Amino acid sequence: MISRILSTARIEFLIALRNRWVTIAIAMMMLFSLVLSVAGSAPSGALGADRLSVTVASLTSLSVYLVPLLALLISFDAVAGEVERGTLPLHLTYPLGRGGLLAGKLAAQLLVVALAVTLGYAVAAVVAVQASGAAALAGLPALFRLIWTSVLLGAVFLSLGHAMSSLSRRPSGAAGMAIALWLVFIVLYDLGLLAAVVADDGGAFTTRVFPWLLVANPADAFRIFNLAASDAVGAASGLAGAADAIAIWKPLASLLLWPLAAALLARAAFGRVQP
Amino acid sequence: MTILSISKLTKRYGRSPVLEGVDLALSPGERVALLGHNGAGKSTLMKLVLGLTRASAGRIEVAGHAPGSAVARALTAYLPENVAFHPSLSAREQIAHYLRLRGKNPRDAAPLLERVGLGDAMDRRIGTYSKGMRQRVGLAQALIGRPRLMVLDEPTSGLDPVSRREFYALLEELAASGSAILLSSHALSEVETKTDRIVILSRGRKVAEGTLDALRTEAALPLTVHLRPREGQGPALAAAFPEAQRRADLLTLTCPPAEKMALMARLSRANGALADFDLLPPSLDDIYAQISGRAA
Repeated sequence: MISRILSTARIEFLIALRNRWVTIAIAMMMLFSLVLSVAGSAPSGALGADRLSVTVASLTSLSVYLVPLLALLISFDAVAGEVERGTLPLHLTYPLGRGGLLAGKLAAQLLVVALAVTLGYAVAAVVAVQASGAAALAGLPALFRLIWTSVLLGAVFLSLGHAMSSLSRRPSGAAGMAIALWLVFIVLYDLGLLAAVVADDGGAFTTRVFPWLLVANPADAFRIFNLAASDAVGAASGLAGAADAIAIWKPLASLLLWPLAAALLARAAFGRVQP
Repeated sequence: MTILSISKLTKRYGRSPVLEGVDLALSPGERVALLGHNGAGKSTLMKLVLGLTRASAGRIEVAGHAPGSAVARALTAYLPENVAFHPSLSAREQIAHYLRLRGKNPRDAAPLLERVGLGDAMDRRIGTYSKGMRQRVGLAQALIGRPRLMVLDEPTSGLDPVSRREFYALLEELAASGSAILLSSHALSEVETKTDRIVILSRGRKVAEGTLDALRTEAALPLTVHLRPREGQGPALAAAFPEAQRRADLLTLTCPPAEKMALMARLSRANGALADFDLLPPSLDDIYAQISGRAA
């Protein structure tokens, strides 16, 4: 079973490489990281944070938008593309279940995301260390945290992309659904919460419901976890107070549970596809 | 022993039946052709056998296992109609992957592709292949690991006559080694005598099953006879065969198979007026049209 999933992952990674997705993803993350770390060269000493932590704070805000978008771009075609090309029926007659096929695709695409964020953030780290020397190394743990949480966030949206791909069964439809999903999770959700908090004006919603709603969204959980886990990053972002109000295990649990939940959702949606 | 047994198989999409009460059994080494118009239910039957869709009623067993189960999938190979692969992979990469999925050595990809005549093209991307070449890649993956049951959906569409002959030779080899083969086609002339048994589907029902000879007998179609009179003997010949129709300088009549000998006697009596004659048996497509049309 494992060797079949690995073989699927290998062939999918090869396809991603040939389709330039690997190059595009890495180039995109490196470019944005470079721009951020160069542009974010504002005085950091005043904030009580090292240069790298400042960069991590900026990267966190960037990744909340970019990683889900990247993951959805890579994954929306996974099932719908196979349906359109007519390659799905044959795949499903092989001794590899639907779960295995999806797991192989997820593994390959996760590798693409992991490569992109690692190399992208590495550029930022190099710039930070070059600019302020060894002092910036204090921010390395925060950088590692950013990398593995980005991979988890990527896993969530890769699986959500697979679910959209299975539900729409046409690449164009899947692309539309992926963009809509991104808008809802990343933009509208926060706007909605903001509006609700403003309307509530410090009432029960703001104190009781709002923190849960915030960590229920994987993108928000990612942001809060990265800002709260490091004092320096929190200080640099200026959001330390907000992030500290929520116990750190909550966003972490959200980040760990979401990839599983999304993968199960994708599997269920894929199960409904009749080739 | 049967490798595939199907009984009272019914599949409906919504209320309209696509297959109704179909029975079929395949033994190891048997080649069975499934014939029918587009929409007769051939592909649906195959997808049910592969476990890609579920039957509304009836039973399918692949060597005693449920279709689509792990055991059934390990025993079965499939060649879909208009088989497709990811265009950015080479045939060697694609087949190596399929070999790994079946737990075989990926290095076997090269000999397998050479066997289907893609030895020179195997490292080119499949996106550059012609339809016939893609069909060969599809055939190569279906040959992996000597499957016990091969399900081939219109395998010879897109193949030129020479490739088709090679293809049937390959099937004969496989059948001789014990694989049961279920293949579909929409033309009887394509499968000819290269199969052991022919099953004709029409509107989701099995309307005929048997060897080509049995179907020929069952159809009981008349022979067509062309008579060419000797110079100036046209009217005499027409008088001897009043039922014949005159077309240009030929007389044409039909003859039921049972009266062939009587016709021969008449022909020899008309020897003086007759220059030449042709006896044309009903074509395979005529037989097929007769049987599937009669059912409808």
